[in-house]
Amino acid sequence: MNSDQPPSPGRERPLTIVVSGLSSDAHTWNLVYLQLVLEELGHVVTNLGACLGEEELAARCRAIAPDLIALSSVNGHGYRDGRRAIAALRQCPALVTTPVVIGGKLDTVGGDPTMAGELLDAGFDAVFTEAGALAAFRSFVACVAGAGDGQGRASVTSPVGA
Amino acid sequence: MPAAAVSFGALVSRRQAEGTLVVQPRMGFADPAKMRAGLIAVKRARACTAGTITLDSYTRVGDQAAVRAALERRDDLNGYPIVGHGAATTRAVTRGVADRDFPVQVRHGSADPRPIVATLLACGLDATEGGPVSYCLPYSRTPLAASVEYWRQTCEMLAAARAPGREPHLETFGGCMMGQLCPPALLVALSVLEGLFFVQHGLRSISLSYAQQTSADQDAEAVTALRRLAAELLPGVQSHIVIYGYMGVYPCTASGARRLLAASARLAVATGAARLIVKTSAEAFRIATIEENVQALEDAARTAAVAARAPEAATPGDTGIYAQALALVSAVLNLADDVGRALLRAFRRGYLDVPYCLHPDNAGRSRGYLDPAGRLQWQRTGSMPIRHLAPAPARPPMTSAGLLDSLSFIQREFDQAALARPAAS
Repeated sequence: MNSDQPPSPGRERPLTIVVSGLSSDAHTWNLVYLQLVLEELGHVVTNLGACLGEEELAARCRAIAPDLIALSSVNGHGYRDGRRAIAALRQCPALVTTPVVIGGKLDTVGGDPTMAGELLDAGFDAVFTEAGALAAFRSFVACVAGAGDGQGRASVTSPVGA
Repeated sequence: MPAAAVSFGALVSRRQAEGTLVVQPRMGFADPAKMRAGLIAVKRARACTAGTITLDSYTRVGDQAAVRAALERRDDLNGYPIVGHGAATTRAVTRGVADRDFPVQVRHGSADPRPIVATLLACGLDATEGGPVSYCLPYSRTPLAASVEYWRQTCEMLAAARAPGREPHLETFGGCMMGQLCPPALLVALSVLEGLFFVQHGLRSISLSYAQQTSADQDAEAVTALRRLAAELLPGVQSHIVIYGYMGVYPCTASGARRLLAASARLAVATGAARLIVKTSAEAFRIATIEENVQALEDAARTAAVAARAPEAATPGDTGIYAQALALVSAVLNLADDVGRALLRAFRRGYLDVPYCLHPDNAGRSRGYLDPAGRLQWQRTGSMPIRHLAPAPARPPMTSAGLLDSLSFIQREFDQAALARPAAS
């Protein structure tokens, strides 16, 4: 957190990233895949795995103090579980400005158009549910990596699909 | 006694003796009326069916507060919350539907199924599924030791419900483990070990699962190995084999999905399995509707009937699945007389090690991969006692692209064939 040495624009640094599932979601292939994607981009990933309750998620993230938290869910409950998770994370003073994103299949019907907006309102920095979600997620990560402290959230637009 | 006072296992065995494959959906809806409508539709399907009540994820992880909140807000859930609705509501759901010829099984996915099983028994139901390993490692954060204890109590609860005309039934989920990229020998071994665990804790009627993987030949060999091990290690136990239609990334095309389902039905018939859990053509996109489930059940039953009339007599080859599975099971059973304790020691020592499983009690040193022929092979066996049986070739580590490629192998194969032959749909 060295504020007198701003990073040069476009220059990416390795991020410490937490990848996690949500409280009721048992799926893990999405998490294994995300971990590999992020590691191949040169980032350091802690994969917290499946069925993580929001309290434990917040406690682990406080301890790790990551540059980015990526939540992934595909069981259709992500919309609700995600809001619980973000509330718990944003309650931690240390995690108030940490970029937190969510992606996957977040509802049971396949793409409720109002869902992404509500998740953003709840405190997520981006929501990835569309076909091109992975490319958008990679761009987001690159922005965070290139932006340096405090710049990440301001410099990205949230790639929310319809 | 309740309307459902019929032995699930005995009925499936009777159907098998008659030469008919029992087909069953995965189906659960939060709304009791819709759940009942779903069961009725499955019962009326033109197929020999068993009913399913699939539970929602909140019930699975024991989060009853979330269930209550969702029910109060009339939010949708991804299954039927049996504990939240309780016995009276659930009896009304199954009344006049579950009967001697139409048993209903509860499918849940819980590492601690005690409240679920207590409720289903109170509803007059007595068939369910899972296992101390298969519903812990891939699907929860519950410590394996706790899961083993919960499942011991669960088995004893089920066994204690035995009564004249009522033989509780438990199906292993061990033949699925992560759904993908787990070489078949470990699936077979875990299914057998969970079956042994059930029997040690009082069950007399069980089924052993195997989930369709990526190669029809390899699957046939694996199920044959599973049947042989069951006969050798579980003599005198009423048991049957249940096949799960492919549990991984599903084809996007309707005809690709249908062909994959048909392949699972042919696998079941060719290997002497008694029951098939189907998947639907909606699987790639969302939770299937009642109609889509009925369609899948009828399609699978039709394919099975055709296959049964013209059995593929080919005996599967032997690439060593039986030998590997036997080595795994034997090594585990040698660790303790108590199967639960043996399982705990086995995972601690890495004698059992599920590829790509993130659970803290899994060693995580094994890896599987798909060879060019679509067979699942070991890339690393970690500390599992099968190194001499499964030489692992030197291969570069799995990349994200490689993983995606492997996970979508079946989707690609079946969708490409569908697109290449549009007339076949």
